[in-house]
Amino acid sequence: MKHRTFFWFFLPTGLAMLLFIALPIVSVVIQSLFIPHEAVLITVESCGPFGCKEQTSIDQEATAVLRAAEPLGRFAGLGIYFDRGHLALSEVADAWRSSESFAEFYGHLRNLPFYRAMAFTLAFVFVVTPLVIVMGLIIALAVNSLHKRLKGLVIFFSLLPFVINPLVGSLVLFWMIDSRGILGYSLQWLAGDPDLSLKASTGLMWISLMVYGVWHASPFAFVIFYAGLQTLPKDQLESAQIDGASRWQQVRYVVVPHLMPLVTFVALIQLMDNFRVFEPIVGFNASAHARSLSWAIFNDLGGETRQLSSAAATSVMTIIGVAILLSPVLVRTWRDFKGKT
Amino acid sequence: MASRAQKMPVSLRIASSAFVGVWLVMAAFPFLWTFWGSFKVELDFFSIANWTNALTGAQTKETHGSAFTGAGYHGAWVEEGFLRNIINTFIVCFFVVLSSLTIGTLGGYALSRSAYRYTFWLLITALIFRAMPPITLVAGYMLPFFEWNLWGILPTTIIVLVAINQPFTLWMLHSFFQSIPKELDESAKVDGCTQFQAFRHVIIPVMWPGVITTGLFSFLLAYNDFAVTSMLLAESNRTMVPQIAAFLGTTYTEGNVMFAVAAVVSATAPLFILVMFFQRQIVSGLTAGAVKG
Repeated sequence: MKHRTFFWFFLPTGLAMLLFIALPIVSVVIQSLFIPHEAVLITVESCGPFGCKEQTSIDQEATAVLRAAEPLGRFAGLGIYFDRGHLALSEVADAWRSSESFAEFYGHLRNLPFYRAMAFTLAFVFVVTPLVIVMGLIIALAVNSLHKRLKGLVIFFSLLPFVINPLVGSLVLFWMIDSRGILGYSLQWLAGDPDLSLKASTGLMWISLMVYGVWHASPFAFVIFYAGLQTLPKDQLESAQIDGASRWQQVRYVVVPHLMPLVTFVALIQLMDNFRVFEPIVGFNASAHARSLSWAIFNDLGGETRQLSSAAATSVMTIIGVAILLSPVLVRTWRDFKGKT
Repeated sequence: MASRAQKMPVSLRIASSAFVGVWLVMAAFPFLWTFWGSFKVELDFFSIANWTNALTGAQTKETHGSAFTGAGYHGAWVEEGFLRNIINTFIVCFFVVLSSLTIGTLGGYALSRSAYRYTFWLLITALIFRAMPPITLVAGYMLPFFEWNLWGILPTTIIVLVAINQPFTLWMLHSFFQSIPKELDESAKVDGCTQFQAFRHVIIPVMWPGVITTGLFSFLLAYNDFAVTSMLLAESNRTMVPQIAAFLGTTYTEGNVMFAVAAVVSATAPLFILVMFFQRQIVSGLTAGAVKG
């Protein structure tokens, strides 16, 4: 295809991505370097019969004018990145100096909002992703051995947790694990503790969120692996059998290597998607126990006071996080590409 | 399972069937339970006294005279005006699917037919864009949209959703287009078609399955979005999902959780129907990305 034709074909989608993805990234980076104007204070001397007093008040008009003239706010450099709500450099340094053990230092870190969100996000990513892959593989193997007629039905119901809206899906589960819901009630009965509530404990809340994550994403892994199983070379399996491989060995040395490219693919997609975990925290009403980076951005943006700059700084750091997670894949793709040309 | 040697021993067969059974219950039961419960009163759905109340609807009978009640739906649809949100959702989804397919097929086709190096870089850029959580972009939209008075209305949200969906749409359509032989458009061009005519009259007619599959995923992305719609839509223009989130804030305090339950069931029903009719396309769409990618 000629450059010219390519250009016209690609223009609409390219323009959409440029205007609404690339430029907003630039805008977010710029926004993160500015902080909102402080209110303009005005000092008036008011003199009464008992002498003069100086009164300081906010000059609403001047503040509004200033904010309208420079909506970005005033330049702060990297100030926002280092403040208490984000990287909290001075607090971390203090904690490092005052802590005697690593555990104590970690305890201090857990109290800082950014590190807290980071801890949950990373824990979620690295617990849920492997579990999703294992779960998806087991379901695929089990469904593959079913009778043909049943397969369609099983796939139909399996897709539901995946296509469901994450907020709606987490709400459905949340109402069930409520201490008055059926799962919460059963858990109380199983544990023999009528006061057991998943909502009250941070550990249990984390586990619930991760269970939700696995429940939501397993169908995706299952469908991919199931499709991969359909292309499994029969002769390889048979020769493995003739060589006396047990069923487990067949899975381990024939099926899994065959599915390996798909495992990489699922892992990649899951890393990206789990890193943005956010809806379940809203649905489970879990912000007291677990906060993710996306939740922190959402929280800054919402409400009466839209803290754009703070949200922007967290956004930039989230994007950097995604880039770091993705870098091995990018490097590999680049090598493949260079090898080809 | 063709050969006799491949046949599973009975114990393994039972274990595997049992596992599928457990998984089916995990996948489907929450939805059935919530659907059933949405026709009950709150005291039955969240039963303190006895969990079987949720099945029999003892309290519901006492309040409404029958074991089933549409009170939750009435509350959500009529009193809270959820119908408005449903209509908004379908307006947004319709236009998002239409526009992302239009510009996505053009772009995906170009990417699959050009052999130059920049196509690789464009695809990689799209992959990076796909990896970024949409919420990270929202802080960048806010200020310009406020300045130009674009915030809060449906068209803005539609355009933003189309743009956010493009990377994914491009990747998917690109892999579908690659599976269509290049000779097809070359022979059309030999017959005197321009590139666009070849695309429009030769390629698109054989691409319908791929376009429908991609359209389904565009629909799902638009329908399921929460981060962007909740931030960019004013209260009067909300779609379903942000409205459900807004219910959560008010209903827990006002004691009409059943409104939210009914709203959740209403939002799930279209997806249920979608999966029922398009199961094959969804599966093929999921695997298309994996096999090529």
